[in-house]
Amino acid sequence: MSPIEVYKMLPMTNCKECGESNCMAFAAKLVNREATLPECPLLMEPKHTEAYNKLWMLLKPAVKAVEVGTGDKSVTLGGEYVLYRHEFTYFNLPSIAIDLSDEMPQEEFEARIKIADEFEYEYIGMQLSLDMIALRSTSNDPATFEAAARKATDLTEMPLLLCALTPDVMEQALSAVGNKRPLIYAATKDNWKEMADLALKYNCPLVASAPFHLDALKSLARTLTEYGVVDIVLDPGTQWDEGIGKTLDNFTILRWDAINEEEEYLGFPLLGAPIVAWTEEADDPLINEWNEAMLTSALITRYSDILVVHSVSGWSLLPLVFLRQNLYTDPRKPVSVEAGVFNYGNPNEGSPVLLTTNFALTYYTVASDIEGAKMDCYLVVVDSEGLSVESAVAGRKMTADTVAEALVTFEVGDLVNHRHLIIPGRAARLSGEIKETSGWTVSVGPLDSSGAAKFVEDNWPPKTD
Amino acid sequence: MVDKKKESLPISLDLLEALAKFQQIEFEDVELSFDELELRLSPGMVMSAPVVNTSQQIVPTVKPTQLLEAQVGIPPGEYLGKVVEVKLGATKADGGTRGRSFFIGGETAPAFYNFQAKTPNRPIIAMDVFDWGKVPLARAVKMHFREVVDDPAEWAKLCVEKFDADMINLHMLTIDSFIDDASPKSALKTVEDVLEAVDVPIAVGGCGDPKKDLEVFKVIAEATAGERILFNSVTLDMDIEATAKVVKENGHTVIAFTSMDVNKARELNRKLYDFLPKEDIVMDTTTAALGYGLDYAFTVMERSRLAALKGDPELNHPISSGSTNAWAAREAWMKMGPEWAPRELRGPIWETITAQTLLLAGVDYFMMMHPAAVQAVRTLINNLMSGKTPSEAPDWVSLKL
Repeated sequence: MSPIEVYKMLPMTNCKECGESNCMAFAAKLVNREATLPECPLLMEPKHTEAYNKLWMLLKPAVKAVEVGTGDKSVTLGGEYVLYRHEFTYFNLPSIAIDLSDEMPQEEFEARIKIADEFEYEYIGMQLSLDMIALRSTSNDPATFEAAARKATDLTEMPLLLCALTPDVMEQALSAVGNKRPLIYAATKDNWKEMADLALKYNCPLVASAPFHLDALKSLARTLTEYGVVDIVLDPGTQWDEGIGKTLDNFTILRWDAINEEEEYLGFPLLGAPIVAWTEEADDPLINEWNEAMLTSALITRYSDILVVHSVSGWSLLPLVFLRQNLYTDPRKPVSVEAGVFNYGNPNEGSPVLLTTNFALTYYTVASDIEGAKMDCYLVVVDSEGLSVESAVAGRKMTADTVAEALVTFEVGDLVNHRHLIIPGRAARLSGEIKETSGWTVSVGPLDSSGAAKFVEDNWPPKTD
Repeated sequence: MVDKKKESLPISLDLLEALAKFQQIEFEDVELSFDELELRLSPGMVMSAPVVNTSQQIVPTVKPTQLLEAQVGIPPGEYLGKVVEVKLGATKADGGTRGRSFFIGGETAPAFYNFQAKTPNRPIIAMDVFDWGKVPLARAVKMHFREVVDDPAEWAKLCVEKFDADMINLHMLTIDSFIDDASPKSALKTVEDVLEAVDVPIAVGGCGDPKKDLEVFKVIAEATAGERILFNSVTLDMDIEATAKVVKENGHTVIAFTSMDVNKARELNRKLYDFLPKEDIVMDTTTAALGYGLDYAFTVMERSRLAALKGDPELNHPISSGSTNAWAAREAWMKMGPEWAPRELRGPIWETITAQTLLLAGVDYFMMMHPAAVQAVRTLINNLMSGKTPSEAPDWVSLKL
């Protein structure tokens, strides 16, 4: 889709109400999904309804965006445009729903919600967290399920995935928490009509489930759509061990058909259930946690939009929130940050000068470490063409010459009254040459910037400066 | 309740026991809390998703009373290109001394799109062995190799006999002028010792110095002619002609190693084609760790492979990944709060997920380090290759855990 196609349907008045200098610029932003239609006030007027509807159809994601939950912690599932991230970008992180059952002992129930709710990890300026609670009715008892659903919503604002295949059981929970827009699991070939009625009555999104029967799944999606259910999530089934290949096949086929074939009954978010890794008995639950982490990761890579996970162990959850953050980062985002010299804390002429490269992740990691340690220092960021320190040294993108040049270009000598540079441990082999080329003395810092503060504490001011 | 069946373990029990021992220690010597690591950056890296108007609802006039039929179209895999097959290692019958050899590559569809084409060759896992005992290794890795770090031949043997490595990926670090500046002759001795100790195919890596590596590769390649050793690697700043000739004339193979850049990969391959048959080239576009650039690594590999399948004649090579690089992520080795313990599991799962993500981008040859990660990724590969259709979906909804 080109900006011209979009431009032709805009009012073409260049009124600038949207904040852009003209309609063409707004069209380009729409195409890049950096702007939304309602930002054009003219377009919202009744006389432009037809154009609006056409544009909406043109710009809507191939995979429908389904909202779950209410308030600040609500999540959007799906809303995707492409199969491969380099074709554009992925938008909405797959939600991780932590598993609870309505028969769990109270203490465990509460502890698991607390872990899910409070899970937090700082990563290059972002908070990595978990998203949802999956509440399963293992009791199959309406009152028990309702009580658990109430309790869960008392304890957390996180959206719920309510899992019960018996409509009566589901209805009783919905009567209590249906106003929180939980995702209902699930409509099957046996109960679809009752579940569809519940989804319509409570205005909640609904999962269609037909594990390992793609035709049956599409049949359900089509039927539910015709029945009037708008917000649908598809569960094509998840299996570990030798079933993993078929599982990934199905997720890929569904996403391919939604995007490349514009199959409307398949253009819905996909649900993965890595919790199946717990259906197999292991001598140690560590094995189940490990398997579940692998299965979740594979499903993050292959198109799932919501994942039901049982483990609450930090070591097994951390790589998952990293992976989805990585794959859902906009690949159009540059790999590098600007080179230059940056101040941290309140540096003065006696403060240490540290060195790193302009690979974005290297830079943010180093910056967060020295900020976190509340150091007063200067950080010289060398243009390494966006390579990390180790790769830049190996690939000769950071050399003694480029370091010496950076010190001169950024006028680092004017900032301090010493000539002493602390270089990353992974650039140790450059130390002699840097000294020779730049005239600055050099000390070799730690291999990882988490040790930078301690290094400066132990070695600053340098004894031989 | 569902029937529980006995698990086939992806990581072995004695490994887990060894790992579990460290759990206690981890709890005892916790130093960092997350408040201390808190950062206050706002680099605006989070994309806001477009708001889509979902108010358009078609109200059906007649509600269906029974399920409507539908069929899912299976997308056909019609690709113009094919990844070349590269043979690693040579048996006695083929002019080498190895007990077996492997073919990698040959794909005609994206990685494990089993619905389009079967994966023709099983991706291979080579375990890293270093010729320098002082190589810095994470504690979780070192605990498995402590006895052998000073003897590359023993190290290789342990990898093959205990951890079932398909191949050995030998790194000649001591030839580095910043380490021992070891001679090509002494490097050759190490290679010969390793070839003697194990009968699997091997790869031989240099130290990253473009001149010294070539010097060493030449001596090794000539003395081991016919072995189809995988030389790791040739780079754009090496004497490409000389390196390629050393490989070709002595019946070996080579990894074309570039930064994470599709065009650089094309450029290097193109230059190599003047001197080397395509079937001798594996490409490596650099592996970055989960959390530290894996997204770039993944996308460059995925793009390269898709381009190759679309017919790009300069990218249709098997892909190699140094998944050991996962250990560059601090989360793989750093002591962290008790909520993230034990790091003896956090490390290998980090390497596993780094590798398996790239497996799904198209990697054919893995260089890996931690025995549990090797075992887990191998199990996953075997399961992906099995082509089995689950007879029945496991019931997780009523599962009592």
